[in-house]
This record gives sequence, C-alpha cells and structure tokens, in this order.
Amino acid sequence: MSVLVFADSNNGAIAKSAQEAIHYGSKIGETTVITYGDVDESVLAALGSYGASKVLINKTITEFDGQRLSKLVRAAAESAEVIVFAMDFSGKSISSRVAAGLNAGMVSGALSLPDTSNGFIIKKAVFSGKAFANCKINSDKKVIALMPNSIQVETSDAIATVEEFIVDLGNSTVSVKEFNAKGEGGVLLTDADLVVSAGRGLKGPENWGMIEELANEMGAATACSRPVADIGWRPHHEHVGQTGVAVRPNLYIAVGISGAIQHLAGVNGSKVMVVINTDAEAPFFKAADYGIVGDAFEVVPKLIQAYKKFNEVNN
Amino acid sequence: MKILVCISKAPDTTAKISFTDGDTKFEEAGVQFIINPYDEWYALVRGLELKEANNGTVTTISVGGADYDPIIRKALAIGADDAVRIDAHPNDAFQVASEIANYAKDNGYDMVLCGKETIDYNGSQVGGMIAELMELPYISLAVKLDVNGTLATIERDVQGGTEVVEVSGAFVLSASKGMAEQRIPNMRGIMQARTKPLTVVPASGSSTMTEVVSYELPPAKTACKMVDAEDMDELISLLHNEAKVI
Ligand SMILES: Cc1cc2nc3c(=O)[nH]c(=O)nc-3n(C[C@H](O)[C@H](O)[C@H](O)COP(=O)(O)OP(=O)(O)OC[C@H]3O[C@@H](n4cnc5c(N)ncnc54)[C@H](O)[C@@H]3O)c2cc1C
Ligand SMILES: Nc1ncnc2c1ncn2[C@@H]1O[C@H](COP(=O)(O)O)[C@@H](O)[C@H]1O
Repeated sequence: MSVLVFADSNNGAIAKSAQEAIHYGSKIGETTVITYGDVDESVLAALGSYGASKVLINKTITEFDGQRLSKLVRAAAESAEVIVFAMDFSGKSISSRVAAGLNAGMVSGALSLPDTSNGFIIKKAVFSGKAFANCKINSDKKVIALMPNSIQVETSDAIATVEEFIVDLGNSTVSVKEFNAKGEGGVLLTDADLVVSAGRGLKGPENWGMIEELANEMGAATACSRPVADIGWRPHHEHVGQTGVAVRPNLYIAVGISGAIQHLAGVNGSKVMVVINTDAEAPFFKAADYGIVGDAFEVVPKLIQAYKKFNEVNN
Repeated sequence: MKILVCISKAPDTTAKISFTDGDTKFEEAGVQFIINPYDEWYALVRGLELKEANNGTVTTISVGGADYDPIIRKALAIGADDAVRIDAHPNDAFQVASEIANYAKDNGYDMVLCGKETIDYNGSQVGGMIAELMELPYISLAVKLDVNGTLATIERDVQGGTEVVEVSGAFVLSASKGMAEQRIPNMRGIMQARTKPLTVVPASGSSTMTEVVSYELPPAKTACKMVDAEDMDELISLLHNEAKVI
C-alpha cells in the first residue's frame, strides 16, 4: 500500500505528533511525507529515520494555511491509497476536508494500525475515551488521523530522498492577522509527556505557585479542571476534560480534583495517573494508578523536594 | 444575516456506556440524550447573539430520525427561529456532511456553524467535510467569532497558540470552548418552541464510507496503589522504577 503522511512544520522543525504519524504510516506501507515552509534539507532527509522513504516539500506556503494545505495534500495524494495525519490542531483543520475532497472514508483518533485481515479496520477512542470502536473504512482511498502519543516511535539511521513539490494552490480567502503563542516558554499541554493539574481543592489562584513549581521542575505542562478555568483562576486553554482539551500524557498528576466523569473523559488516555486529595472517597481514586490521601498544601511541597532529589541523582 | 447551526444528539455526559447486540450497538436504554455540548453552548448560542445584533435568522439543521425531535425542540426553545431535520439515521461523517451540504448549498447562508466534535463519536470531521463539499473556507476550533458586515474575524486554536483570521464571504466553522456562555431556555422560549417550524426533509441518500464493526470497553482498571502522604520519595521511586514514566 502506498502511504502519504502530512507533517506539520513549525519554525523549521517537524512536530512530534507528525513524527509519530510518519512512523505509523511506514508500518502500513511505502511512505511519502508532504510538508511545507522553510525547513532545512537535512531535517527533511532525517525523516527517513522515522520510516519515510521520500519527502515532498512545498516552499511557497510559509505558514499554516488550512485552505491551501488541503489542496497541497490532495494533490500529493493522487497515487496514495492511505493518507495519514496527526490528530492535532493542524490535522483537525485539514484532514476531514482532504478526505471529503478525495471521496475517502476517514477514521479520526486512530489508536491502532489497520487490521487488514478482513477489510481495513482501525481501533479508535469513542465516548470521550470511555470506550473504543473498531471502524472499517470501505472506500478505495482511506484517511487516518492518528491520536497523538498513542504509538511508540522507533528510529533508524535511514535517510529519505527530498523533492520539491510545486502545484498551483490558488489564493487563500482566509488571512491570518495575528498569532498569540500560548504558555510562553512553558511546555505545550497537548504535546506534553507529563502534566500537573489542579482543581478547586486549591482554594484560590494565589495557590498555584507550587503547582507551577512542580511542573517546572519536572518539565511538565500545567492543566486544571473546568470550574477553575470558569471562575478565572487559570486560563481557559488549561481546562481539560470532556468540554476542554483531551490529553494523553505518560503521567498525569491531579491535585485537589474530585475526578468527575466529565473531567476523567479528557484525561483517561493518560498512561499513569497520580491523585492527591484530602478525601479518600474522591471518585478520582477509582481511576488512578497511585493515590495519596493528604492535604495538597503539605503533599505538593514534599513532592517537589523529592523530585528535586531524584533529579539531581538521575539527570 | 442567515446562520445555519448543525445540531447533533449526544448521550448525557454522565451516561453509562455499554453495548448490546454482540457489542455492535450502543445501549440506549436508560440513557438521557442532550444536544451535543459544543453545538449548544458555543455554536448555537454565538449564532443567536449574532442574529440578535444583526437582525438575522438562525436555522438549525440535523441529520437524524424522529428521535432527534426533542433535542431540536430544545434548540428552538433556546432561541433558534426554525429547524430542519434531514430524515436519515446518521451513519458516518461523510454521509452527514453530504446531506447538510446538499441542503445548504442553494439556501444562501452567510455561515455554517458546527461544534468542535460530537462527544460520542469524537470525530471532529463533519465541519471540514461540509466546507469541502460546499467549496467554502473552513475555520476549525474557533474560540471567538465577530462579524462586521461581510467580514468575519475569528480567533482559533492552532498548534502552539491561537491565531486571529479574517474571512470575507460565507464560511464554515467549528466551535470550541470560549465562543459563548451557555443559555438556559426560559418558559416563554419553551412555549414558543412548540409552534416554531421544524421541517422534515427526505434524505438525498448520500453514501457512507465507514462503519463501526464493534465496540469495546477499556479493560478494568487495577486497584489504585496508595502511597503514604509523608513519603514522596516512595512515590517518585514507584513512578521511576515501576511505572517508568519519569
Ligand atoms: C456537561 C458537563 C461538562 C463538563 N465538562 C468538564 C470538563 O471538561 N472538565 C472538568 O474538569 N469538569 C467538567 N465538568 C464539571 C465536573 O462535573 C466537575 O464539577 C468538576 O470537574 C469539578 O472540579 P474540581 O474537581 O476541581 O472541583 P470539586 O468537585 O469541588 O473537587 C475539589 C476536590 O478537591 C479536594 N480537596 C479540597 N481541599 C483539598 C486540599 N487541601 N488538598 C487536596 N485536595 C483537596 C476535595 O476533596 C475535592 O475532591 C462538566 C460538567 C458538565 C455537567
Ligand atoms: N447527525 C448530525 N446532524 C447535524 N449535525 C451534525 C451531526 N453529526 C455531527 N454534526 C455536526 O458536526 C460536528 C462535528 O461532528 P463529528 O465530526 O461527528 O465530531 C458536531 O459538533 C455537529 O455540529
């Protein structure tokens, strides 16, 4: 099967979620990557290490532009049977458009490689992570949007060939006026391997210092429960859950969060969950891997100290 | 200003998720259905605010059977002017998008507002597909929408932050948190909703591209390991040696 993978680029680098998508694609078949912007030839050739055999780059698109990128991917997908995206912000913006344009069936939030023993069946998360569905794509062309952080990437020292890909993309009717970076300097929540999150148990915004300190020490992103964002203690983009951001880190530490079902819906893809709560009956303990019954104001400073000690020895 | 809002039906956020018929069907017995939160709280309410400020109309559109009518009446009670239901069971995103695009094409809407995703299928697909089929720009994951004449200014989530874009002419948008605040229908709205037009139109028979062959529940969680609140070194050691996540 021939595979095309869209890889988002940002400031000359290829996103982590895109590296996963390339590796995923290469397990399905011969993989070509399509990307754009000002990316060094050596960076592109190095995508071979994730499994790409060829990389196509369009340099006329210099920043993310969903309208023209959809056309670009469509043009590059001419001879591909399977088209893979990462289901990140960029993937959500163009993948379904490309699928409709190609008359291709699509599965988003994919968690597994396609099972081709009886058709083309992919496992995906449904009901906000509370269940999985095995979805069959029946069309000739197939589009897959891969859930970030759901596969293990292995690398080799292979090198991909790089070619410029030039097509007429017309003009975009959407013009970008400004870009506001989120969490300046910090770790991006949706990319994070480690997340430290806190809820109403923290009593007030002035108490977030220790949460930020812990996150800082660990190189983790910070997150919060919905009421905390709604009352303005924390910015909206930190709100995780059914109606906020869904995250899938390796480690999710929840401090003073009760573990309501709508909160769990956004974090239940985490590999390991640690819960710190004064109430031993808090529902979060049922979903957690490690639990500490205790007062956040005592436990978190101890955890910071313990992590610092560990860090000195191990890093 | 003519606004079309896509409304889908979803199980209540606290619903117990289980399956029947050899794990091929969602068990609906005892489940309360609601308007998909992103469609209601963000797309619909922002649509209503724009209509009120600009003397426009809000029409809701749904692809579904008669079981959709209660949630459609709720959208009318919140303030939509009229509703269209395309009479077909929604089977996949492509079918839903084709039905909506076929209906919307010739009706001159200034904008088509969708939710970010449905909370049951979590596809995040329908909006982009409608845009492609109607040949309109698609602005995904919008957190803010303002309209001035024919120029819309939209703030949206992108990789690493948010961006502000401008688009002139008709567009399709998917709404994320931040666009508006939830509105609770009042008695007057509920009374009026009973007599507002809900037009049922036959489906155009769009094809599906995908099907769910089976569902699974996640494996039962092993019991939570409790760690003494005094011993955070122990927690760190477990996370490092046992869970191997740090
Ligand atoms: C349709 C719908 C969608 C929703 N979507 C979301 C969503 O996306 N995300 C979300 O988070 N919520 C969502 N909610 C809200 C959700 O139901 C809960 O109300 C919310 O998650 C509770 O937030 P919390 O845990 O911070 O606060 P609380 O429920 O007030 O819990 C605070 C916890 O802190 C503990 N605590 C108190 N003091 C301390 C201390 N000193 N040290 C340690 N622990 C302490 C308490 O024991 C308690 O367990 C949604 C609700 C609805 C109806
Ligand atoms: N059956 C449906 N009828 C009308 N609109 C729908 C339907 N299904 C999905 N939508 C719209 O498309 C959005 C995204 O849905 P999905 O692609 O399924 O995650 C939803 O938030 C709705 O606005």
